[in-house]
Amino acid sequence: MPDTPAAVPVEAETRTRKVKFTQQMEDDLLLSIRERGRGFKLTVAILGSIVLWAVFAYIYQLRNGMGVTGLNRPVYWGVYICNFVFFIGISHAGTLISAILRMCNAEWRRPITRSAEVITVMVLFFGVLNVVFDLGRPDRALNIVTSAQFSSPLLWDVTSITVYFLSSTTYLYLPLIPDIAILRDRFPKARWFYGPLALGWSGTDKQKHRLEKLIGIMAIIVLPVAVSVHTVVSWVFAMTVQPLWHSTIFGPYFVVGAIFSGIAALIIAMALLRKAYKLENYLKQVHFDYLGRLLLVMTALWFYFTFAEHLTAYYGGEPAHMAVLMEKVTGRYAPMFWTMVVCCFIIPMALLTRSKTRNVKGTVIASITITIGMWLERFTIVVPTLVNPRLPYQRGLYTPSWVEWSMLAGCMAMFILMYVLFTKIFPIISIWEVKEGIEEGSDDTYDRVVSYLPGPEGKGTEAGGA
Amino acid sequence: MSKWGMVIDLAACTGCSSCTVACKSENNVPLSDPTDIEASRSFSWLQIMKIEEEGHGRARYLPRPCMHCDHPLCVLVCPVEATRLDKDGIVSQIYDRCIGCRYCTNNCPYTAKYFNWHTPVWPEEMMQGLNPDVSIRPKGVVEKCTFCHHRLQSVTDQAGAEKREIREGEFSPACKEVCPTQAIHFGDLEDPNSTVSKLAGTNRAFKELEDLGTEPKVIYLREDF
Repeated sequence: MPDTPAAVPVEAETRTRKVKFTQQMEDDLLLSIRERGRGFKLTVAILGSIVLWAVFAYIYQLRNGMGVTGLNRPVYWGVYICNFVFFIGISHAGTLISAILRMCNAEWRRPITRSAEVITVMVLFFGVLNVVFDLGRPDRALNIVTSAQFSSPLLWDVTSITVYFLSSTTYLYLPLIPDIAILRDRFPKARWFYGPLALGWSGTDKQKHRLEKLIGIMAIIVLPVAVSVHTVVSWVFAMTVQPLWHSTIFGPYFVVGAIFSGIAALIIAMALLRKAYKLENYLKQVHFDYLGRLLLVMTALWFYFTFAEHLTAYYGGEPAHMAVLMEKVTGRYAPMFWTMVVCCFIIPMALLTRSKTRNVKGTVIASITITIGMWLERFTIVVPTLVNPRLPYQRGLYTPSWVEWSMLAGCMAMFILMYVLFTKIFPIISIWEVKEGIEEGSDDTYDRVVSYLPGPEGKGTEAGGA
Repeated sequence: MSKWGMVIDLAACTGCSSCTVACKSENNVPLSDPTDIEASRSFSWLQIMKIEEEGHGRARYLPRPCMHCDHPLCVLVCPVEATRLDKDGIVSQIYDRCIGCRYCTNNCPYTAKYFNWHTPVWPEEMMQGLNPDVSIRPKGVVEKCTFCHHRLQSVTDQAGAEKREIREGEFSPACKEVCPTQAIHFGDLEDPNSTVSKLAGTNRAFKELEDLGTEPKVIYLREDF
């Protein structure tokens, strides 16, 4: 018996190590930083001009007041608040998915975690920014700190998002350190920039051990924080008494929607990166297939929550609730509601359930419709309730103005621009983690699978799937 | 301590709207031009709703000021305490602190709050008529009926100087003063002998959306008795 475990690594030696990490791979992964071609300049120019247009729109709004939006009484919230919920939702792509995959030891996570984490950090900024756009007095925004009143769910948001931003930035930065060290050594001209950021990383075992421990701790911290963020965002609505906002399932419903739209955004980002930086060898079909499966689970969950939420409202039949529900299902916002159902459920279901269409193209199409559908979901949550307040005396209608649409376009453009700039400064696929996957991951996985099988209890059997 | 409240007798209200006009001029409520009205952005701290009833062949009128709830939902959600429940029961607005997030307007089940979509303007001739006791709200903040609490300040000062309690009828908002049919009563709900307390105890009294538990201090007297 005692000599059986010793036999395993020997066997593993013969089975794995077909792939070796080469200089070519490092060059591939640094392509985005080395090259600044015409495509890049054109992208920056186009995105930059959209951003400038949005800046103009915002200055226009600052000068003339909120009257330039389509908002009115009683529809006091509109596109900006939808954007806020939508962007914060997208941010759940990164940290949450990356943390779950890391904790589960899912080997296929290696090339995708970084691109996911960057989405989180950047898109959060736009979530917060949209609340500032929505303020009648942005010059007094700091009153939230100096006169904080913690009974307001908005304050819970501020707290939760701040913690989330700090922890997910740390969580993005930690796995970046070894890669920054690679950049420091490869680009001596930019040493002034990468040098301090690399924190003296030299790749010793002690450093590696510490880093992995820290990443592990951050992954655990980040999970409940991420869940709290979208729960609290939902509570901004659920804590009011307005019909169809005052719902107990809003917390989990929003979290599910957030992860749902987050994975969709991640898939779109990955497909673009793959194309732009020739990363087909790293972001492979299998990654899209696996993320597609995850997306399928979220599609089903999203539908379940949506169905439960609306059926309860319908069955209860309270007039105030019915007014909102009917506005969504058959009323003025019905086109948006049913487009949402098609985009978030029917199209993804059709594409993702069949292995034939669960490829790069299929998952990207599903992701695009989901992203559109989820924005519409936020809209059909925020607006129909406000249009039909509890007392029937003041009914409204809301059509967003050009200023609001410009700001949405501007936020999208700015987000993509910041993302592109990030890929020009840092590798968007974690080089050291891919290397680690090649050098250690396959052996570890083999050991792990062996440990699941009948036989003696061995060491090194971390839980989780490959 | 007093707890100010209002009783509106719907049997006496004729829907003449003089309360709305008095309120507007007393509180420097911005004027609404036709584009504002079309965009559903008109201001009126005290709005008279006309409810046409089928079969009756007549309309009912419902004057709607801020309800000054004892459990105000707007106060609960304000992130900067720019709206609060004062000790005397009045729900007040602090214009200088409001950040204009409009969370309070959304959580008010009575839709009784108003937002300044743009800088308020008055025709030159009307500028002379603005009330110097009431501040003019800038664009981007929320405002609403205050039970004319600027009037309470001078009344409190007077009573304090004379070392006595505020007398019944001494403090009343502009809408009450101008109502030609005396449909609006105003006073201290804490004082069992005040008119409002007595009226609020009759079987005609009801409150809007009573089941929400907001405890409004505007009490209506229904007409069909």
